[in-house]
Amino acid sequence: MSAPTHSAHHAPQGFIRKYVFSLDHKVIGIQYYFLGLFSVFIGMALSLLMRFHMVNPEAKVSWFASLWHTAAAGGMMTPELYLSLMTMHGTIMVFFVLTTVPQSGFGNYFLPIQIGAEDMAFPVLNMMSFWTTFIALVVMIAAFFVQGGAPLSGWTAYPPLSAAGRITGPGEGMGQTLWITSIAIFCGASLMGAINFIATVVDLRCKGMRLMRMPLTCWTWLVTAILGLLGFAVLLAAGLLLILDRTVGTSFFIPGGLMISDQIITNHKGGSPLLWQHLFWFFGHPEVYIAILPGMGVTSHLLATFARKPVFGYKAMVYAILSIGFLGFLVWGHHMFMSGMNPYSAMAFSVLTMAIGVPSAIKTFNWIGTLWGGKIHFDTAMMFSLGFVSLFVTGGLSGIFLGQPALDLYFHDTYFVVGHFHMIMGVAAIFGMFAGTFYWFPKMFGRMMNETMGKIHFYATFIGVYMIFTPMHFVGMAGNPRRYSDFTNIEYLAGLMPVHKFMTHAAYFTAAVQILFLINLFWSLWKGPKAPMNPWNSTSLEWTIPSPPPFDNFAGVHPVVNHGPYEFSVPGAPTDFIMQTDPPSVTSEG
Amino acid sequence: MSMSGSITHDIIHGPPRPPAEGGWGGGGGGGSDGGRGAFRRASFTGLYVLLAASIMLFAAFTSAMVVRRGLSDDWVSMPKPPILLVNTAVLLASSLALELARRALRSGGRAKFNAWWTGGTALGVLFLGGQALAWNQLNAASVFISTNPSSSFFYVLTVAHAVHLLGGVSALFYVDVQALRLSLGPAKRTAIDISAIFWHFLDGLWLYLMVLFYVWG
Repeated sequence: MSAPTHSAHHAPQGFIRKYVFSLDHKVIGIQYYFLGLFSVFIGMALSLLMRFHMVNPEAKVSWFASLWHTAAAGGMMTPELYLSLMTMHGTIMVFFVLTTVPQSGFGNYFLPIQIGAEDMAFPVLNMMSFWTTFIALVVMIAAFFVQGGAPLSGWTAYPPLSAAGRITGPGEGMGQTLWITSIAIFCGASLMGAINFIATVVDLRCKGMRLMRMPLTCWTWLVTAILGLLGFAVLLAAGLLLILDRTVGTSFFIPGGLMISDQIITNHKGGSPLLWQHLFWFFGHPEVYIAILPGMGVTSHLLATFARKPVFGYKAMVYAILSIGFLGFLVWGHHMFMSGMNPYSAMAFSVLTMAIGVPSAIKTFNWIGTLWGGKIHFDTAMMFSLGFVSLFVTGGLSGIFLGQPALDLYFHDTYFVVGHFHMIMGVAAIFGMFAGTFYWFPKMFGRMMNETMGKIHFYATFIGVYMIFTPMHFVGMAGNPRRYSDFTNIEYLAGLMPVHKFMTHAAYFTAAVQILFLINLFWSLWKGPKAPMNPWNSTSLEWTIPSPPPFDNFAGVHPVVNHGPYEFSVPGAPTDFIMQTDPPSVTSEG
Repeated sequence: MSMSGSITHDIIHGPPRPPAEGGWGGGGGGGSDGGRGAFRRASFTGLYVLLAASIMLFAAFTSAMVVRRGLSDDWVSMPKPPILLVNTAVLLASSLALELARRALRSGGRAKFNAWWTGGTALGVLFLGGQALAWNQLNAASVFISTNPSSSFFYVLTVAHAVHLLGGVSALFYVDVQALRLSLGPAKRTAIDISAIFWHFLDGLWLYLMVLFYVWG
């Protein structure tokens, strides 16, 4: 056992140790990034199939039939196939994109560098964490290819649908078992990652890197790791119980006297489906913050950098991050207003939910305060950060409605909810990832991305996602239920079909634009102009080292930090930014 | 120095000043032992964070048990095999042996350390054997995992505990092999402390589970 930061071990030789089973946090971060990139395109393709089916429920597509012999026999999608696409879309996006890229991808790459460490605290654990995630993804994707296909029970896997086995539908046999197995594996991977992140932040900060000098990105990665640690442990427990219900005949979640597909279920009794909901949402709500907090960190970091101003209220931002993390564990019941809970419990959950609005508003006002009077540079990375703020506000406002039990009873099973969570958890978090990609790409790969392509991609995506998800709020208010594969025969929804067609076309458009991003990414990887050490005149430690950084980040030199992370436009300073490692004499700040 | 103390100190005051030479990670190991100090601190942090995750796992199982028991009318308390009490004594004895080993090492008694530590590890393995016997007896009495929610939770909790214990025994065994090969340098002290603390945690966890089984199960 050598030093934690493995300063004793040398840069690995050979392809396998360098790029496959690498211990280097930077390589692992890139591995997570590309795992997420692969997953996001799978998830997006599934959503396009769903949107296609919603507006063309009767369409016969020959390649559907060749992909799904029974679920799309004759080329026509069955409702069960639609549900399996929905389940896999949600699962892949939430776990393998939103949880993976902002935290494990960017966090792995930049957390150690930003706090001045050579690597994560436990590099082997880090490698295991990635490969466990990879196995989880393989098991999840395998669910498509087993008999009966992928599961139908949604990313929340409510029992008894998810627990009673084959009898509840195609995909509820082997497909659902693989699903829950994959999630359990994923929980293990996330726990390993969380342990690493927390130990790294607590113990491996370089000299002078006080907690209150960490970039806000590091704060969000730390709090996200804590949320993941506590949340995924509970999901793991729930997942194991669900696996047992499915495989060995226990009755944790399956009540007695169930009648499913004209058969009475006799081998289970006494279980509680609500128990699953409590355990799941105890994880599930913090999961929302796991997805969005790193995006908040990146946004704060970038707004300051590109407005050339310090983050407005740095300490308030830190306390807001901490209180969002804390309150996130007290509000899971707001996902269960429909479960018949005691109205007094619902009221308590509702009040706590509203309370999260306070730190969220602090963050939003501070972002605006950061921009106020700044010399804003509208680079693509900055555009996506501004887009993040916009989407966060839009998605957050609809959350205030859903947090009221009385309103949620109406909205809960409508497209209003779909619009809400896609805005705030899906697209806002993805904008955080785009912002991070454009900002850090030069550091990660040593080349610049194309700004023109980036801007076109930004505007098209920004308009595109609003075109997809804004109308969902309206059709939701009009009473359009979610999870239905076909509403053509429902009279009161007939008038909404043109809106659905509009959303579907907006989805095609937005998806097509993402190809531009792929082109930009891969073209820049090989052909982009060489990146200088600090292209954005940023202040944090990753910009004090070459692009891309050497194997041990600081080439054996131990950085010493003398400044806070956001010292932009300091009066009297020679430039409009002061690196964290600049000598203390540059300003009066100690 | 107390590790938890240094972590709280860190959180409040920032990391202590690193040694002048080396000592990546803000020091904490002090003076000459720079890198190892950071490793030791990170290892302890990692351990406590791991324990937090384990506590959450068992807290989730416990809350599931309380809810499942409270909501249903099919809970029939299962008979506890008496061997559990023997196992409890064995596990407590193993913790005691490890503690005696650490004391012996502090006063320089390497041979004593080896003896106590080997004894503690053996008792740990014995506990796992005793658990296997308990499951066997339950099987023979036709008490299976799906027989009743009471037995379901018994199996879930004891197996989850046993899986943790397997990890713990591996750690004890690793230290033991190093000790018997006389290659127990100062760097291995961290491994000794970490595995012993983890083992005591599993000990406490087991006592908690026993109370849970006898009071609620």
